[in-house]
Amino acid sequence: MSLLELSDVTKRFGGLQAVGHLSFRLEKGEILGLIGPNGAGKTTVFNVINGYYAPTGGEIRFKGERIDGKKPHEVCHLGLARTFQVVKPLARLSVLDNVMVSAFAKTSDRAAARTVALESIAFTGMDSWRDQPAGSLPLGMRKRLEMARALATKPELLLLDENFAGLNPSEVDATMGIVRKIHGSGVTILVIEHNMRVIMSISHRVLAINYGEKLAEGTPEQVANDPKVVEAYLGVAHA
Amino acid sequence: MSLMLEISHIDVFYGDVQVLWDVSFEVKKGEIVALIGANGSGKTTTLATISSLLRPRKGSVTYEGAPIHTRAAHDMVSLGIAHVPEARRLFPEMSVKENLLVGALAPEAKKARPEMLEKVFTIFPRLKERENQAAGTLSGGEQQMAAMARGLMSKPRLLMLDEPSLGLSPLLVGEIFRVIQEVHEQGVTVLLVEQNVFKTLSIADRAYVLENGRVVLEGTGKDLLANDHVKKAYLGL
Repeated sequence: MSLLELSDVTKRFGGLQAVGHLSFRLEKGEILGLIGPNGAGKTTVFNVINGYYAPTGGEIRFKGERIDGKKPHEVCHLGLARTFQVVKPLARLSVLDNVMVSAFAKTSDRAAARTVALESIAFTGMDSWRDQPAGSLPLGMRKRLEMARALATKPELLLLDENFAGLNPSEVDATMGIVRKIHGSGVTILVIEHNMRVIMSISHRVLAINYGEKLAEGTPEQVANDPKVVEAYLGVAHA
Repeated sequence: MSLMLEISHIDVFYGDVQVLWDVSFEVKKGEIVALIGANGSGKTTTLATISSLLRPRKGSVTYEGAPIHTRAAHDMVSLGIAHVPEARRLFPEMSVKENLLVGALAPEAKKARPEMLEKVFTIFPRLKERENQAAGTLSGGEQQMAAMARGLMSKPRLLMLDEPSLGLSPLLVGEIFRVIQEVHEQGVTVLLVEQNVFKTLSIADRAYVLENGRVVLEGTGKDLLANDHVKKAYLGL
Protein backbone atom coordinates (compact mmCIF):
# COMPACT_ATOMS: atom_id res chain seq x y z
CA MET A 1 0.00 0.00 0.00
CA SER A 2 1.31 3.41 -0.95
CA LEU A 3 1.34 6.16 1.67
CA LEU A 4 -0.37 8.53 -0.74
CA GLU A 5 -2.18 7.65 -3.92
CA LEU A 6 -3.89 9.96 -6.37
CA SER A 7 -6.07 8.25 -8.99
CA ASP A 8 -7.38 10.21 -11.96
CA VAL A 9 -7.67 13.42 -9.93
CA THR A 10 -9.20 16.42 -11.68
CA LYS A 11 -9.84 19.91 -10.32
CA ARG A 12 -11.74 22.48 -12.36
CA PHE A 13 -12.44 26.09 -11.54
CA GLY A 14 -15.42 26.94 -13.72
CA GLY A 15 -14.20 26.21 -17.24
CA LEU A 16 -10.54 26.14 -16.26
CA GLN A 17 -8.95 22.76 -15.65
CA ALA A 18 -6.21 23.30 -13.07
CA VAL A 19 -5.49 19.58 -12.55
CA GLY A 20 -6.46 16.98 -15.15
CA HIS A 21 -6.61 13.21 -14.69
CA LEU A 22 -3.52 13.14 -12.54
CA SER A 23 -2.42 9.85 -11.01
CA PHE A 24 0.67 9.17 -8.96
CA ARG A 25 1.82 7.31 -5.86
CA LEU A 26 4.11 8.23 -3.04
CA GLU A 27 5.70 5.40 -1.06
CA LYS A 28 6.53 5.67 2.63
CA GLY A 29 10.04 7.01 3.13
CA GLU A 30 10.29 8.69 -0.27
CA ILE A 31 11.10 12.23 -1.23
CA LEU A 32 9.15 13.05 -4.40
CA GLY A 33 9.87 16.32 -6.22
CA LEU A 34 7.00 18.06 -8.00
CA ILE A 35 8.07 20.48 -10.73
CA GLY A 36 6.40 22.38 -13.54
CA PRO A 37 6.02 25.84 -15.07
CA ASN A 38 4.38 28.67 -13.14
CA GLY A 39 0.65 28.12 -13.38
CA ALA A 40 1.02 24.38 -14.10
CA GLY A 41 -1.17 23.45 -11.13
CA LYS A 42 1.43 22.35 -8.57
CA THR A 43 -0.05 24.28 -5.65
CA THR A 44 -3.56 23.18 -6.69
CA VAL A 45 -2.34 19.57 -6.38
CA PHE A 46 -1.31 20.37 -2.79
CA ASN A 47 -4.65 22.07 -2.19
CA VAL A 48 -6.66 19.02 -3.25
CA ILE A 49 -4.41 16.65 -1.27
CA ASN A 50 -4.72 18.54 1.99
CA GLY A 51 -8.45 19.16 1.62
CA TYR A 52 -8.32 22.88 0.92
CA TYR A 53 -10.27 22.03 -2.24
CA ALA A 54 -12.33 18.94 -2.94
CA PRO A 55 -11.28 17.49 -6.30
CA THR A 56 -13.84 17.68 -9.12
CA GLY A 57 -13.13 14.04 -9.93
CA GLY A 58 -10.94 11.14 -8.91
CA GLU A 59 -9.78 9.61 -5.64
CA ILE A 60 -7.08 10.47 -3.12
CA ARG A 61 -5.99 7.90 -0.56
CA PHE A 62 -3.70 8.45 2.43
CA LYS A 63 -2.62 5.30 4.29
CA GLY A 64 -5.31 3.52 2.30
CA GLU A 65 -8.12 5.77 3.48
CA ARG A 66 -10.08 8.07 1.15
CA ILE A 67 -9.28 11.68 2.06
CA ASP A 68 -10.75 13.55 -0.91
CA GLY A 69 -13.59 15.68 0.40
CA LYS A 70 -12.22 15.72 3.95
CA LYS A 71 -11.52 19.06 5.61
CA PRO A 72 -7.92 20.29 6.02
CA HIS A 73 -7.99 19.85 9.81
CA GLU A 74 -9.21 16.27 9.41
CA VAL A 75 -6.44 15.54 6.92
CA CYS A 76 -3.93 17.13 9.29
CA HIS A 77 -5.13 14.89 12.13
CA LEU A 78 -4.46 11.84 9.96
CA GLY A 79 -0.80 12.90 9.78
CA LEU A 80 -0.54 14.98 6.62
CA ALA A 81 0.87 18.50 6.97
CA ARG A 82 1.83 21.16 4.47
CA THR A 83 3.56 24.49 4.16
CA PHE A 84 2.25 27.40 2.13
CA GLN A 85 4.00 29.19 -0.70
CA VAL A 86 2.48 32.51 0.31
CA VAL A 87 3.36 32.45 3.98
CA LYS A 88 0.80 33.83 6.41
CA PRO A 89 2.12 33.60 9.93
CA LEU A 90 0.24 35.25 12.79
CA ALA A 91 2.33 38.37 12.38
CA ARG A 92 2.07 39.83 15.88
CA LEU A 93 2.63 36.56 17.69
CA SER A 94 6.13 35.34 18.42
CA VAL A 95 7.69 32.50 16.46
CA LEU A 96 7.15 30.26 19.49
CA ASP A 97 3.46 31.13 19.77
CA ASN A 98 2.97 30.57 16.05
CA VAL A 99 4.42 27.08 16.31
CA MET A 100 2.44 26.36 19.49
CA VAL A 101 -0.79 27.12 17.61
CA SER A 102 0.12 24.28 15.23
CA ALA A 103 1.09 21.98 18.07
CA PHE A 104 -2.42 22.40 19.49
CA ALA A 105 -3.61 20.39 16.49
CA LYS A 106 -2.49 17.26 18.33
CA THR A 107 -2.74 18.23 21.99
CA SER A 108 -4.84 20.55 24.09
CA ASP A 109 -2.26 20.70 26.87
CA ARG A 110 -0.35 23.97 26.91
CA ALA A 111 2.85 22.60 28.39
CA ALA A 112 2.88 19.70 25.93
CA ALA A 113 2.29 22.09 23.01
CA ARG A 114 5.15 24.27 24.19
CA THR A 115 7.48 21.28 24.40
CA VAL A 116 6.55 20.15 20.88
CA ALA A 117 6.91 23.71 19.56
CA LEU A 118 10.35 24.13 21.11
CA GLU A 119 11.43 20.84 19.53
CA SER A 120 10.22 21.95 16.10
CA ILE A 121 11.96 25.30 16.48
CA ALA A 122 15.23 23.65 17.47
CA PHE A 123 14.86 21.09 14.68
CA THR A 124 14.56 23.83 12.07
CA GLY A 125 17.38 25.91 13.53
CA MET A 126 15.17 28.84 14.52
CA ASP A 127 16.18 29.13 18.19
CA SER A 128 17.62 32.61 17.81
CA TRP A 129 14.32 33.85 16.29
CA ARG A 130 12.09 32.23 18.91
CA ASP A 131 10.81 35.36 20.63
CA GLN A 132 10.63 37.61 17.54
CA PRO A 133 7.22 38.58 16.23
CA ALA A 134 6.67 36.46 13.12
CA GLY A 135 5.86 39.57 11.10
CA SER A 136 9.38 40.87 11.59
CA LEU A 137 11.08 37.83 10.04
CA PRO A 138 12.74 38.14 6.65
CA LEU A 139 11.08 36.05 3.96
CA GLY A 140 13.56 33.18 4.11
CA MET A 141 12.97 32.76 7.83
CA ARG A 142 9.20 32.92 7.37
CA LYS A 143 9.56 29.98 4.97
CA ARG A 144 11.49 28.13 7.65
CA LEU A 145 8.81 29.00 10.21
CA GLU A 146 6.32 27.32 7.86
CA MET A 147 8.31 24.11 8.21
CA ALA A 148 8.43 24.41 12.01
CA ARG A 149 4.67 24.96 12.13
CA ALA A 150 4.01 21.94 9.91
CA LEU A 151 6.37 19.73 11.93
CA ALA A 152 4.64 20.64 15.17
CA THR A 153 1.57 18.73 13.93
CA LYS A 154 3.72 15.55 13.93
CA PRO A 155 3.11 14.58 10.28
CA GLU A 156 3.91 11.30 8.55
CA LEU A 157 3.70 13.06 5.20
CA LEU A 158 4.88 16.62 4.72
CA LEU A 159 4.09 18.72 1.65
CA LEU A 160 6.62 21.51 1.12
CA ASP A 161 5.57 24.35 -1.19
CA GLU A 162 8.59 26.36 -2.38
CA ASN A 163 10.40 26.53 0.93
CA PHE A 164 13.65 27.34 -0.84
CA ALA A 165 12.42 30.46 -2.61
CA GLY A 166 14.10 33.66 -1.47
CA LEU A 167 17.20 31.90 -0.16
CA ASN A 168 20.71 32.39 -1.46
CA PRO A 169 22.67 29.27 -2.45
CA SER A 170 24.30 28.86 0.97
CA GLU A 171 20.95 29.23 2.73
CA VAL A 172 19.53 26.72 0.26
CA ASP A 173 22.18 24.25 1.44
CA ALA A 174 21.20 24.83 5.07
CA THR A 175 17.52 24.27 4.30
CA MET A 176 18.35 21.11 2.34
CA GLY A 177 20.07 19.92 5.52
CA ILE A 178 16.86 20.53 7.49
CA VAL A 179 14.73 18.70 4.92
CA ARG A 180 17.12 15.73 5.00
CA LYS A 181 16.91 15.74 8.80
CA ILE A 182 13.10 15.76 8.67
CA HIS A 183 13.23 12.89 6.19
CA GLY A 184 15.73 11.07 8.40
CA SER A 185 13.29 11.26 11.30
CA GLY A 186 10.86 9.11 9.29
CA VAL A 187 8.75 11.69 7.46
CA THR A 188 7.81 11.13 3.81
CA ILE A 189 8.09 14.30 1.73
CA LEU A 190 6.44 15.75 -1.36
CA VAL A 191 8.23 18.93 -2.40
CA ILE A 192 7.38 21.65 -4.93
CA GLU A 193 10.51 23.52 -5.91
CA HIS A 194 11.90 25.53 -8.83
CA ASN A 195 15.49 25.31 -7.71
CA MET A 196 16.73 22.37 -9.79
CA ARG A 197 19.86 21.95 -7.68
CA VAL A 198 17.53 21.16 -4.76
CA ILE A 199 15.25 18.90 -6.78
CA MET A 200 18.15 16.96 -8.26
CA SER A 201 19.91 16.43 -4.96
CA ILE A 202 17.11 15.60 -2.51
CA SER A 203 14.44 13.82 -4.59
CA HIS A 204 14.31 10.08 -5.04
CA ARG A 205 11.83 10.53 -7.86
CA VAL A 206 10.49 13.55 -9.72
CA LEU A 207 7.06 14.24 -11.18
CA ALA A 208 6.76 17.03 -13.76
CA ILE A 209 3.36 18.47 -14.62
CA ASN A 210 2.13 21.05 -17.11
CA TYR A 211 -1.43 22.32 -17.63
CA GLY A 212 -2.36 20.17 -14.64
CA GLU A 213 -1.39 16.95 -16.38
CA LYS A 214 1.55 14.61 -16.01
CA LEU A 215 4.42 15.54 -18.31
CA ALA A 216 7.06 13.12 -17.03
CA GLU A 217 7.83 10.93 -14.03
CA GLY A 218 11.00 9.09 -13.08
CA THR A 219 14.40 9.50 -11.50
CA PRO A 220 15.67 13.09 -11.26
CA GLU A 221 18.04 12.45 -14.18
CA GLN A 222 15.36 10.93 -16.40
CA VAL A 223 12.99 13.83 -15.82
CA ALA A 224 15.61 16.56 -16.15
CA ASN A 225 16.68 15.11 -19.50
CA ASP A 226 13.18 14.57 -20.82
CA PRO A 227 12.82 16.78 -23.92
CA LYS A 228 9.24 17.74 -22.96
CA VAL A 229 10.44 18.96 -19.54
CA VAL A 230 13.34 20.84 -21.06
CA GLU A 231 11.04 22.60 -23.48
CA ALA A 232 8.23 23.48 -21.06
CA TYR A 233 10.16 24.13 -17.93
CA LEU A 234 13.92 24.18 -17.91
CA GLY A 235 14.73 26.06 -21.09
CA VAL A 236 17.50 25.19 -23.49
CA ALA A 237 20.28 26.70 -21.38
CA HIS A 238 19.72 23.99 -18.77
CA ALA A 239 19.73 21.09 -21.18
CA MET B 1 29.50 58.27 -15.44
CA SER B 2 27.73 60.73 -13.20
CA LEU B 3 26.47 59.88 -9.76
CA MET B 4 22.76 59.10 -9.63
CA LEU B 5 22.12 57.81 -6.15
CA GLU B 6 24.26 58.21 -3.08
CA ILE B 7 23.48 56.48 0.19
CA SER B 8 25.64 58.01 2.86
CA HIS B 9 26.19 56.53 6.34
CA ILE B 10 22.57 55.61 7.03
CA ASP B 11 21.32 54.01 10.24
CA VAL B 12 17.79 52.59 9.99
CA PHE B 13 15.64 51.20 12.78
CA TYR B 14 12.36 49.32 13.16
CA GLY B 15 11.24 50.66 16.52
CA ASP B 16 14.21 50.06 18.80
CA VAL B 17 15.83 47.47 16.59
CA GLN B 18 18.62 48.76 14.40
CA VAL B 19 18.64 47.07 11.01
CA LEU B 20 21.11 49.14 8.97
CA TRP B 21 24.41 50.32 10.40
CA ASP B 22 26.33 53.11 8.72
CA VAL B 23 25.46 51.86 5.23
CA SER B 24 27.01 53.76 2.33
CA PHE B 25 27.01 53.00 -1.38
CA GLU B 26 26.43 54.67 -4.69
CA VAL B 27 24.81 54.03 -8.05
CA LYS B 28 26.09 55.79 -11.15
CA LYS B 29 23.84 56.71 -14.04
CA GLY B 30 23.58 53.83 -16.49
CA GLU B 31 24.81 51.13 -14.11
CA ILE B 32 23.32 47.88 -12.92
CA VAL B 33 24.19 47.72 -9.24
CA ALA B 34 23.30 44.70 -7.12
CA LEU B 35 22.83 44.28 -3.37
CA ILE B 36 23.43 40.77 -2.18
CA GLY B 37 23.34 39.29 1.29
CA ALA B 38 21.71 36.67 3.51
CA ASN B 39 18.12 36.73 4.62
CA GLY B 40 17.71 39.47 7.19
CA SER B 41 20.86 41.31 6.14
CA GLY B 42 18.93 44.49 5.32
CA LYS B 43 18.54 44.49 1.53
CA THR B 44 14.79 45.07 1.44
CA THR B 45 15.13 47.64 4.23
CA THR B 46 17.69 49.51 2.15
CA LEU B 47 15.32 49.72 -0.82
CA ALA B 48 12.49 50.83 1.47
CA THR B 49 14.69 53.59 2.84
CA ILE B 50 15.58 54.84 -0.65
CA SER B 51 11.84 54.89 -1.43
CA SER B 52 11.28 56.94 1.74
CA LEU B 53 9.02 54.24 3.16
CA LEU B 54 11.46 54.31 6.09
CA ARG B 55 13.46 57.26 7.40
CA PRO B 56 17.12 56.94 8.25
CA ARG B 57 17.84 58.04 11.82
CA LYS B 58 21.28 59.13 10.71
CA GLY B 59 22.85 59.72 7.29
CA SER B 60 21.37 60.78 3.97
CA VAL B 61 20.05 59.56 0.63
CA THR B 62 20.90 61.82 -2.29
CA TYR B 63 19.33 61.37 -5.73
CA GLU B 64 20.49 63.39 -8.74
CA GLY B 65 22.19 65.81 -6.39
CA ALA B 66 19.29 66.49 -4.01
CA PRO B 67 18.52 64.89 -0.64
CA ILE B 68 15.41 62.71 -0.84
CA HIS B 69 15.30 61.03 2.57
CA THR B 70 13.15 63.86 3.90
CA ARG B 71 10.63 63.63 1.06
CA ALA B 72 7.39 61.63 0.99
CA ALA B 73 7.30 58.15 -0.55
CA HIS B 74 4.79 59.26 -3.22
CA ASP B 75 7.24 61.92 -4.42
CA MET B 76 9.74 59.25 -5.44
CA VAL B 77 7.78 58.18 -8.51
CA SER B 78 7.71 61.66 -10.03
CA LEU B 79 11.43 61.97 -9.28
CA GLY B 80 11.95 58.98 -11.57
CA ILE B 81 12.41 56.20 -9.03
CA ALA B 82 10.33 53.05 -9.42
CA HIS B 83 10.34 50.37 -6.73
CA VAL B 84 9.12 46.90 -7.68
CA PRO B 85 8.56 45.30 -4.29
CA GLU B 86 9.24 41.77 -3.15
CA ALA B 87 6.22 39.51 -3.72
CA ARG B 88 4.83 41.78 -6.44
CA ARG B 89 1.95 43.46 -4.56
CA LEU B 90 -0.41 43.71 -7.52
CA PHE B 91 -4.06 44.68 -7.11
CA PRO B 92 -5.52 41.18 -7.55
CA GLU B 93 -9.09 42.16 -8.45
CA MET B 94 -8.03 44.71 -11.05
CA SER B 95 -7.17 43.76 -14.60
CA VAL B 96 -3.61 43.59 -15.83
CA LYS B 97 -4.12 46.77 -17.83
CA GLU B 98 -5.59 48.62 -14.83
CA ASN B 99 -2.62 47.57 -12.73
CA LEU B 100 -0.30 48.94 -15.39
CA LEU B 101 -2.19 52.24 -15.62
CA VAL B 102 -1.84 52.66 -11.85
CA GLY B 103 1.90 52.71 -12.49
CA ALA B 104 1.48 55.90 -14.49
CA LEU B 105 -0.38 58.31 -12.25
CA ALA B 106 2.14 61.14 -12.07
CA PRO B 107 1.20 63.91 -14.58
CA GLU B 108 4.13 63.35 -16.92
CA ALA B 109 3.73 59.57 -16.93
CA LYS B 110 -0.03 59.91 -17.38
CA LYS B 111 0.48 61.83 -20.62
CA ALA B 112 2.78 59.10 -21.89
CA ARG B 113 0.40 56.24 -21.00
CA PRO B 114 -0.43 55.00 -24.52
CA GLU B 115 3.22 55.07 -25.57
CA MET B 116 4.43 53.36 -22.39
CA LEU B 117 1.68 50.76 -22.52
CA GLU B 118 2.76 49.85 -26.02
CA LYS B 119 6.37 49.71 -24.88
CA VAL B 120 5.79 47.39 -21.93
CA PHE B 121 3.58 45.15 -24.07
CA THR B 122 6.48 44.87 -26.51
CA ILE B 123 8.78 43.80 -23.67
CA PHE B 124 6.15 41.50 -22.13
CA PRO B 125 3.92 40.18 -24.95
CA ARG B 126 2.34 37.75 -22.48
CA LEU B 127 0.78 40.69 -20.62
CA LYS B 128 -0.82 41.99 -23.81
CA GLU B 129 -2.50 38.58 -24.23
CA ARG B 130 -3.84 38.86 -20.71
CA GLU B 131 -4.53 42.59 -20.45
CA ASN B 132 -8.18 42.18 -19.43
CA GLN B 133 -7.63 39.30 -17.03
CA ALA B 134 -7.73 39.92 -13.24
CA ALA B 135 -4.13 40.20 -12.02
CA GLY B 136 -4.81 37.77 -9.16
CA THR B 137 -5.45 34.97 -11.66
CA LEU B 138 -2.05 35.30 -13.35
CA SER B 139 0.59 32.67 -12.72
CA GLY B 140 3.54 33.62 -10.52
CA GLY B 141 5.78 34.41 -13.46
CA GLU B 142 3.16 36.54 -15.16
CA GLN B 143 2.55 38.44 -11.92
CA GLN B 144 6.25 39.22 -11.65
CA MET B 145 6.21 40.49 -15.22
CA ALA B 146 3.16 42.64 -14.45
CA ALA B 147 4.88 44.10 -11.37
CA MET B 148 7.97 45.00 -13.40
CA ALA B 149 5.82 46.42 -16.18
CA ARG B 150 3.89 48.54 -13.66
CA GLY B 151 7.19 49.91 -12.41
CA LEU B 152 8.25 50.78 -15.96
CA MET B 153 4.96 52.59 -16.67
CA SER B 154 6.17 55.51 -14.53
CA LYS B 155 9.06 56.07 -17.00
CA PRO B 156 11.67 55.64 -14.27
CA ARG B 157 15.29 56.65 -14.58
CA LEU B 158 16.11 54.40 -11.62
CA LEU B 159 14.41 51.01 -11.36
CA MET B 160 14.73 49.17 -8.03
CA LEU B 161 13.86 45.47 -8.19
CA ASP B 162 13.43 43.38 -5.04
CA GLU B 163 13.89 39.68 -5.82
CA PRO B 164 12.35 39.64 -9.28
CA SER B 165 13.13 35.95 -9.82
CA LEU B 166 11.41 34.79 -6.62
CA GLY B 167 9.28 31.72 -7.19
CA LEU B 168 9.85 31.52 -10.93
CA SER B 169 10.62 28.45 -13.02
CA PRO B 170 14.16 28.15 -14.44
CA LEU B 171 12.84 29.15 -17.87
CA LEU B 172 11.23 32.32 -16.50
CA VAL B 173 14.24 33.23 -14.34
CA GLY B 174 16.24 33.38 -17.55
CA GLU B 175 13.50 35.49 -19.11
CA ILE B 176 13.41 37.96 -16.20
CA PHE B 177 17.19 38.47 -16.34
CA ARG B 178 16.93 39.00 -20.10
CA VAL B 179 14.28 41.68 -19.51
CA ILE B 180 16.39 43.41 -16.85
CA GLN B 181 19.21 43.68 -19.36
CA GLU B 182 16.84 44.89 -22.08
CA VAL B 183 15.42 47.62 -19.83
CA HIS B 184 18.93 48.61 -18.86
CA GLU B 185 19.99 48.85 -22.50
CA GLN B 186 17.13 51.28 -23.03
CA GLY B 187 18.82 53.65 -20.61
CA VAL B 188 17.30 52.80 -17.23
CA THR B 189 19.65 52.55 -14.25
CA VAL B 190 18.98 49.43 -12.19
CA LEU B 191 19.40 48.66 -8.48
CA LEU B 192 18.83 44.94 -8.05
CA VAL B 193 18.28 42.85 -4.93
CA GLU B 194 18.42 39.14 -5.72
CA GLN B 195 19.08 35.74 -4.18
CA ASN B 196 20.12 34.30 -7.51
CA VAL B 197 23.62 35.50 -6.76
CA PHE B 198 25.36 33.91 -9.70
CA LYS B 199 23.10 35.34 -12.40
CA THR B 200 22.97 38.69 -10.60
CA LEU B 201 26.71 39.13 -10.34
CA SER B 202 27.00 38.03 -13.97
CA ILE B 203 24.92 40.98 -15.19
CA ALA B 204 25.83 43.59 -12.52
CA ASP B 205 28.42 46.29 -13.20
CA ARG B 206 29.07 46.52 -9.49
CA ALA B 207 27.70 44.94 -6.33
CA TYR B 208 27.68 45.46 -2.58
CA VAL B 209 27.48 42.68 -0.01
CA LEU B 210 25.38 43.34 3.08
CA GLU B 211 25.89 41.32 6.25
CA ASN B 212 23.91 42.02 9.42
CA GLY B 213 22.99 45.46 8.15
CA ARG B 214 26.50 46.53 7.19
CA VAL B 215 28.25 46.78 3.85
CA VAL B 216 31.14 44.33 4.15
CA LEU B 217 32.33 44.01 0.56
CA GLU B 218 32.04 45.83 -2.73
CA GLY B 219 33.41 45.30 -6.17
CA THR B 220 32.58 44.64 -9.78
CA GLY B 221 30.25 41.74 -10.46
CA LYS B 222 33.15 39.86 -11.95
CA ASP B 223 35.48 40.45 -8.96
CA LEU B 224 32.85 39.35 -6.47
CA LEU B 225 32.10 36.19 -8.47
CA ALA B 226 35.74 35.29 -7.98
CA ASN B 227 35.87 36.38 -4.33
CA ASP B 228 36.43 33.49 -1.90
CA HIS B 229 34.10 34.82 0.78
CA VAL B 230 31.29 35.37 -1.74
CA LYS B 231 31.83 31.92 -3.22
CA LYS B 232 31.60 30.27 0.16
CA ALA B 233 28.87 32.36 1.79
CA TYR B 234 26.59 33.08 -1.17
CA LEU B 235 27.30 30.82 -4.07
CA GLY B 236 27.56 27.62 -2.03
CA LEU B 237 30.81 26.66 -3.76
